[in-house]
Amino acid sequence: MTTMRSAAALVLLAASGASAQYSAGGIKVGLLTDMNGVYSAISGAGSLKAAEMAADDFMKTNKDFAGKISVVAVDHQNKADIASNKASEMYDRMDVDAIFDTVNSACALATSAVAASKKKVFINTGAGTSELTNEKCNKYTFHYAYDNYMLASGTGTAITKRGGKTWYMIYPNYAFGQNLERQMRAAVEKNGGKLVAPSEATPFPNTDFSSYLLKAQSLKPQVFGTMQAGADLVNVVKQYNEFGLKKQNIGLAIGLLFESDVAALGQDAYQGAIATVPWFWNVDDKATQWSRKFEKAFGKKPTFDQAAVYSAVTQYLDAIKRAKTDDADKVIAQLEGHKFNDFFAHNGEIRKQDHRGILDVYQVQVKPKSEAKEDGDYYKEIAKTPAADAFTPLSESKCKMAQ
Amino acid sequence: MTLLLIQIFNGLVNGAFYALLSLGLAVIFGMLRIVNFAHGALYMLGAFTAYAIGERFGIGFWPSLLIAPIAVGIFGVILERLLIRRLYDLPASYNLLLTFGLTLLIQDGVRLIYGISGQPYAPPAQLAGATNLGFIVFPTFRLFAIIVSVVVCVLTWFVIERTRVGAVVRACTENPTITRAFGIDVSLWITAVFGFGAALAGLAGVLAAPIYSVDPLMGSELIITTFAVVVIGGLGSILGSVVTGYAVGVLVAIGSALYPPIANTLIFILMALVLLLRPTGLFGLQEAR
Repeated sequence: MTTMRSAAALVLLAASGASAQYSAGGIKVGLLTDMNGVYSAISGAGSLKAAEMAADDFMKTNKDFAGKISVVAVDHQNKADIASNKASEMYDRMDVDAIFDTVNSACALATSAVAASKKKVFINTGAGTSELTNEKCNKYTFHYAYDNYMLASGTGTAITKRGGKTWYMIYPNYAFGQNLERQMRAAVEKNGGKLVAPSEATPFPNTDFSSYLLKAQSLKPQVFGTMQAGADLVNVVKQYNEFGLKKQNIGLAIGLLFESDVAALGQDAYQGAIATVPWFWNVDDKATQWSRKFEKAFGKKPTFDQAAVYSAVTQYLDAIKRAKTDDADKVIAQLEGHKFNDFFAHNGEIRKQDHRGILDVYQVQVKPKSEAKEDGDYYKEIAKTPAADAFTPLSESKCKMAQ
Repeated sequence: MTLLLIQIFNGLVNGAFYALLSLGLAVIFGMLRIVNFAHGALYMLGAFTAYAIGERFGIGFWPSLLIAPIAVGIFGVILERLLIRRLYDLPASYNLLLTFGLTLLIQDGVRLIYGISGQPYAPPAQLAGATNLGFIVFPTFRLFAIIVSVVVCVLTWFVIERTRVGAVVRACTENPTITRAFGIDVSLWITAVFGFGAALAGLAGVLAAPIYSVDPLMGSELIITTFAVVVIGGLGSILGSVVTGYAVGVLVAIGSALYPPIANTLIFILMALVLLLRPTGLFGLQEAR
C-alpha cells in the first residue's frame, strides 16, 4: 500500500515537474511508536491506521495533494536508544518529514533531541512528560493532546473540589511517575486538600500492590491516587477492588487512564473512578462520527492517542498546504500560534511560546456497565476545563523559547 | 506491630505463587536436569486457559481449577515428547535457548489471539469480597490461594518423599540405568514428571487470574523472582523451593512496607549472599550437577 503510494507520488512528481517544493518522495509522515509492546494497544497499529486515514482524507479533500502523501510506521520497542537511532534513520534515510506519536516518555525525549539536531518536525501525541514543552523544549518539537500537568491539575483539582480532601498516593518509580506525582500533589494542596501520608514510590514494573492497599486501609484517606499506567494500573485497580477499598469509602483517582485499561478489567471494576482525558470517542457528535468511521476501518474503537494522531497529522498537512512547502522551518511558522477546531480539539491552539498544543479537556468518571449504551461506552463527563486553564500557564513555563 | 503482622500475612500470598512455581521448577530439574525457562509462559497459559474456557464455553472458576492445570499438563507432555526430550544429551546452553525460545513463541501466540492488554477475570462468587480475620480485613480469594498452595505443596512433598510413586521418581533421578534394569520405563516417568511440573504452573496461573492482570507477559514478570527463589532454596530441592518461596514472599512484603524502593532488590541481595556463602543453596545438596 505504502509502496504503491510512493510509486504514485514518484510518477506524479516526474509528470508535473513543478512540485519541487516537496522533498524527495513527496510528503512522508512517520510514526515512531510501540508496535508490539505494552503500549501497543494504546497506540501501535491503531495509530498507524489513524495516520493513514488522515493522509487519505486530506488527499481526498485537497486534490492537488493526491498521491503525494505516504505514511510509515517504525517500532521503538519502548527503548530510548532505539528510538534515537530510528528517528535519525527516519529523517535521514527514509525521507520522513515529520515524526508522530512516540508513546513512552523516554522515547519521546530521545526523538525530540534528534528532531532538534536534524531540524525536522516532531509532534508528540503519545507521551506524557511535560518536560517536552518545559526544560527540554525546542523549536522542532510539539506536544499535542495531553501531558502530565494537564492530567494532574485536572484530576487533582476536580476531586479535591468535589470534597476529596484527604489523599494517599502511590507512583511508579521512574521519570513519568515521579513527575506525575509531584504535579498531582501540587494540585491537591493548592485546592485545600492534603496527603495523610507521604506518597509511596513502587517498583516498576510491579504486579503486587497489596502492601500499599493494606496501608490505605489503615490510613483511611478519602482518595486513593494511583499514578501507575498500563498493566501496572490494571493490577492496582484489580487489587483495589479485591481489598474492598471502595466499600470502605476510599475513592479512586487515576493519573493516566486509557480506554484499553478499562477494557482490560471491565468497566465495573473502575466504576466511580475519576480521571482527566483530552478526548473520548463519544464526547460529542463529531467525535462519535469519526470514531464510527475508525472502528469500521480498524475493528476497534479509537483511544485518545489514536484520535490525536489523526488530528495532529491533519493539522500538520494543513500547515504544509498553507506554507506551500514541506520545509520544516516554514511549516513550523504556520503551526505556531495556529488556532483550530476539529473533532478532536475544541478551542485548540498551538502555543507559539512553548509549542504546547492546548485544547479543552474533560474530567470523566467511569460509569457502571448497566449505564453503558454499548460496548466501550465508559465515561461520563463530570467537568470540562477550558483550554486556557488546562495546561501549564506560560508564566510558569520553563521553556527557554517562552522567556 | 500489627502492621508488621499484616504484612507478613500478606506476603504469604505472593509466597504461595512463588512456592507453586518454584516447586514445579524443582521437580522438573530434579528429574530431567533441565532448567525450564518456559515455566512463566506455562503459568500464563494456565490463566489464559481459565479465561478462554470461561469466555467461550461459560465454564466457571471451579471447573477451571481442575481443567486448566490438566490442559497445561498435557501441553507440557507434548512439549517434552516433541522438543525437551532432545536436550538430554546436549550442553546446558541448548536448554536455555530452547526453553527461552518456547517462552517467546507461547507469549506471542497468545498475543496474536488476545492482544497485549489484559483480560478481565473475576473470582468466583463464593470467594468474592473480604473476610475479617480480627487483625486484618483480607480478600477471601487470597486466603483460598494460600490454602490451595500449602495443600498442594505438602501433598507433592509427601508423594515424592513418602510413597512408592515417589520412590520410583527418586530412583529415576538417582540412577536411570539401574532403575531401567528393574523393568521401570524411565522415559515414561520423565514425561509424566515434566507434565506434572507444567500442571503446577498451570494451577498457579488459574489462582493468579482473579488477583493479577491476565496478559501475555504476566509470566515473564514473575519468573525472574521465581528463579531467584529456586537458586536461594537450592536447585532441585523440593523442600527448599517451597520454604524459600514463602519466605521470599514475606520478605518482599515487609520490604515494600518499610522501604518500597528496596523491595524487589532484596531478593537479589539475598540470592547474591547465598551464592557467596552457600553456592548450592540453603537446602541444596552438594551433589547438584
